Amino acid sequence: MSFRIAAAPHGHSQQSTSGMMRWVCYALLPGLLVQSYFFGAGVWFQLILAIVTAYLAESLCMMARNRDARSALRDNTALVTAVLLAISIPSLAPWWIIVIGTAFAIIVVKQLYGGMGQNLFNPAMAGYVLLLVSFPVQMTNWLPPATISSHDLSLWQTLHTILFEYTPAGYSVEQLRTNIDGVTMATPLDSVKTALSQSYTLDEIFQRPQFGVLAGVGWQWVNLAFLLGGAILLQRRIISWHIPVGLLAGLLIPAFVAHLLAPSVMPGVLFHALSGATMLGAFFIATDPVSAATSPKGRLVFGLLIGFLIWVIRSWGGYPDAVAFAVLLANLSVPLIDRYTRPTVYGHARGDHNGN
Amino acid sequence: MRDIKSFVEAGLIGQFPGGIHPPERKSPANQQPLRRLPLPAELVLPLRQHIGPSGQCLVKVGDNVLKGQQLTEAKLSQGLPLHAPTSGTVSAIEERPTAHASGLPEMAIVITPDGDDRWGPKQPLPDFRQQDRATLIEHIQAAGIAGLGGAGFPTAQKLASQKPIQYLIINGVECEPYICADDRLMREQADEIVSGIQILQYISNAEQVLLAIEDNKPEAIESMRNAITGIDDISLRVVPTKYPSGGEKQLIELLTGAQVPHNQLPLDVGLLMQNTGTAYAVKRAIIDGEPLLERVVTLTGECMHNPGNVWALLGTPIDHLLQQGNFQAEEETRVIMGGPMMGFTLPVTAVPVIKTTNCILTPTLEELPPAQAEMACIRCGACAEVCPATLQPQQLQWLAKAKDYDALEQHNLFDCIECGACAYVCPSEIPLVHYYRKAKAEIRNIAREKAKAELARQRFERRQQRLEREKQERLERHRKAAEARKKMQQEKAQQSAPAADQPAATKPAQDKSSAVAAAIARAKAKKAAQQAAQQESSDKDT
Amino acid sequence: MSIVVGLIAIGVLALIFGIILGFAAVKFKVESDPIVDQIDEILPQTQCGQCGYPGCRPYAEAIANGDDINKCPPGGEATIKQLADLMGVEAKPLDAAHGTEDVKKVAVIREDECIGCTKCIQACPVDAILGAAKQMHTVIEHECTGCDLCVEPCPVDCIDMVPVKAKPETWQWDLKSVKANVSMADNIPVKMVE
Repeated sequence: MSFRIAAAPHGHSQQSTSGMMRWVCYALLPGLLVQSYFFGAGVWFQLILAIVTAYLAESLCMMARNRDARSALRDNTALVTAVLLAISIPSLAPWWIIVIGTAFAIIVVKQLYGGMGQNLFNPAMAGYVLLLVSFPVQMTNWLPPATISSHDLSLWQTLHTILFEYTPAGYSVEQLRTNIDGVTMATPLDSVKTALSQSYTLDEIFQRPQFGVLAGVGWQWVNLAFLLGGAILLQRRIISWHIPVGLLAGLLIPAFVAHLLAPSVMPGVLFHALSGATMLGAFFIATDPVSAATSPKGRLVFGLLIGFLIWVIRSWGGYPDAVAFAVLLANLSVPLIDRYTRPTVYGHARGDHNGN
Repeated sequence: MRDIKSFVEAGLIGQFPGGIHPPERKSPANQQPLRRLPLPAELVLPLRQHIGPSGQCLVKVGDNVLKGQQLTEAKLSQGLPLHAPTSGTVSAIEERPTAHASGLPEMAIVITPDGDDRWGPKQPLPDFRQQDRATLIEHIQAAGIAGLGGAGFPTAQKLASQKPIQYLIINGVECEPYICADDRLMREQADEIVSGIQILQYISNAEQVLLAIEDNKPEAIESMRNAITGIDDISLRVVPTKYPSGGEKQLIELLTGAQVPHNQLPLDVGLLMQNTGTAYAVKRAIIDGEPLLERVVTLTGECMHNPGNVWALLGTPIDHLLQQGNFQAEEETRVIMGGPMMGFTLPVTAVPVIKTTNCILTPTLEELPPAQAEMACIRCGACAEVCPATLQPQQLQWLAKAKDYDALEQHNLFDCIECGACAYVCPSEIPLVHYYRKAKAEIRNIAREKAKAELARQRFERRQQRLEREKQERLERHRKAAEARKKMQQEKAQQSAPAADQPAATKPAQDKSSAVAAAIARAKAKKAAQQAAQQESSDKDT
Repeated sequence: MSIVVGLIAIGVLALIFGIILGFAAVKFKVESDPIVDQIDEILPQTQCGQCGYPGCRPYAEAIANGDDINKCPPGGEATIKQLADLMGVEAKPLDAAHGTEDVKKVAVIREDECIGCTKCIQACPVDAILGAAKQMHTVIEHECTGCDLCVEPCPVDCIDMVPVKAKPETWQWDLKSVKANVSMADNIPVKMVE
């Protein structure tokens, strides 16, 4: 008779990393559905491309490192990276965009740093930034929301555009973005930035067709759907509230104050909350635990920093949206945040870190 | 201090950070009344059962012993004495596997019971209030009582502290899942526990006693509440169920709202904590004059088909308990001594019950699934959220894997109470506590090695000094010998010279001859010195 | 004129900084052990002489004077790493010419064979062997460094180097070793319920 030797504790809460990552993907579904409703089915093709690329890249890396590829894929972290990147890019971006971005995210940002748990930067956002600075045109070609678009693309037309950069009828994405009046429809964030630089006031800008009751048409619902997904993650205790709350506070409090002071040039709370990737960033991107701060207090600071950076870059930066840059900058400051937010250990005087 | 007083007087229950709520599974074992077992075929009593060195053995193989007879001798601060749990013969004193996670053998006294269970003389002190404190403490020491809750710290040593005690805390929390030994004892022996508490209070001179029980034991609470009615200075505190609220530091924070400062003991802030089982053992030792011979052990887990709590004599082989619990082995069964959070697996069942054995848990694989393959840490922070010591387990884990022992100590690894909450929640199933235990053992080992190296260095240096000193002494001896010889020769020369040519001697001639004699003496001295040096170097060679 | 002002200004600045530096050198002086002491601290103090020097201290002095750091088999990789950190040089593998890393051992004298020649007592660098001429000798176990130096001189070969026995209190939580630990006590009959 031989007994099993094991280390205590002998039970487990049954919450697993792969399960958590799977739930992150489930919670993204509402946002994905709304996004595909407003911005076309392209996002699903991007998703498939991203997942295939991510799995291939991860397997190749694990094989090159002489590790078991199957176990690495089982943790679902590559899946989450792929899904986040696919959601972040314009749905009609050419196929090689997402392939390059995902491969970079997995191979360079994740695996070259030592694989799961070792990466300093959020892989999806690092991939996104690489694409944004390398292919600015393709990466900003967002279609206008379906409800105000003059084009309605079938699945085949969408796939054709992604693969060959033209619809079967020969339209380019640039042409698709143009409405009946011959005006190119920029994203709400982009149009606000451009129009403000042309000395329009916000009131005038918000009269334009791409703005709806809350913020930009389409974008507002996409953001609300991601907020719903975030609520699911919070409820299932897959993420803690610190980062989302910190991020939203860091973004919205300055926005609120600035809007009070300069209502004609500084957009308000609703616009910031429901534009661009705010909610996706707050609940799904910034909450990537690997590249975030660790202690609850540290996470609050981390979230606040991201939110504030988003607001600063949106208000004065060169790019319309800023979630990716803000997250990467905050990733850089994680060691510093961690150092100064170390919790006080039981029985130690507050702030005493044993000589640190 | 004032803070604690106002907190306690307000009857508040505080909070400690972190903690988890694993399934409790106290039933069915807590539904069965305590039962006594038939005597096992042999009793194995490891000489070391507790923190501290082992005692001096007082018996030899073949001796007949009576129940309660002392087997080993140990003075206060040197561990605890052992007693024969029943009457019988000492059949062996040899190495046996011990109740330790390592399974390493240790010296043990093996007793074959004669079945009579014949008591030796008892020394009860029923009117304990007539005795002075020192006598009672000595009595408790002589009864071999160790803390029956966890680490098995000798109770008398705790009581012997001269620091003023404000609150005596009696720990009946029993927060670890499955274990219900204290629960059953409180239900069935409430009055005796209360007598024990009163003795402890009398010895420690505590102003007030706080009796803490977790709110998942309503029967025990009821029973203890009845037992303490009319006793003003014992108050019952019901604490919410959360693991590890029974940890000494955690319970103190719950009951007093204050933390025990780092590097201090509860005694330093006027608190003394004892387990309910210990209180019971103290009562038996003082009032009935019976040393610690048995304890309550929970037999539980789904492989145990007759679960429950039993009075097990110290030294009872686990085999015997498993038989009594009707244990049905499965493939890859774990036999865990202790609870599911902090217990350790036993490699063999020949190990005995010792003073700190509170539970034998034999779960099925479905009941407590074994840990899956460890995945990489994703820094999710779940471990930090549940850590009752507010450590950063994920950070400690990185450091432990990197073997960065200095940083581990800086991150307060030694404040970890090894409760296992972090590993319980870790989604990557990293055996965090195991890493900490290893790191702690390694750090202690390094410290030990260092102390040993220091000792060796001192001894080496002293030896070098000694050799040097001996060499000098030898040289000195040779020099003296040479001098003496020289002197002798000079005297000889002086005696002979005048005798030879005394009348004809002119002054220069005399000078010349004495110079020659001196040169001869010098040469001889030199030769002697050389011989001495040779002899010395040959001394060295041997 | 302006050159003079410049010179004066620079001169005054130099003076001020000089004073500050001088002050700092006194005020914030770091007392550090001489390098030999620090090296000696790291060495395992077995005094075995495997490095070719008569003891750890002489080897520490030799390292301070530029000798290689990889000549200490009892210290092994860990000591080499620490020495490399201290001396600011690259860690290198143990020099096999001086021996290989081994488990910790202590000397044990087979006492009935000992003839009481005291040769081992003279060889022991830490005076860990007890005995007198024509009397049986014995090793003080916890003071033995396992240096091996007493084995060679023994004329009757009655000294064994035995591995240090694992004890529960010094066990390193190596769960894989548990089964092996138990098999040491294998002769005990284990009754099991079938």
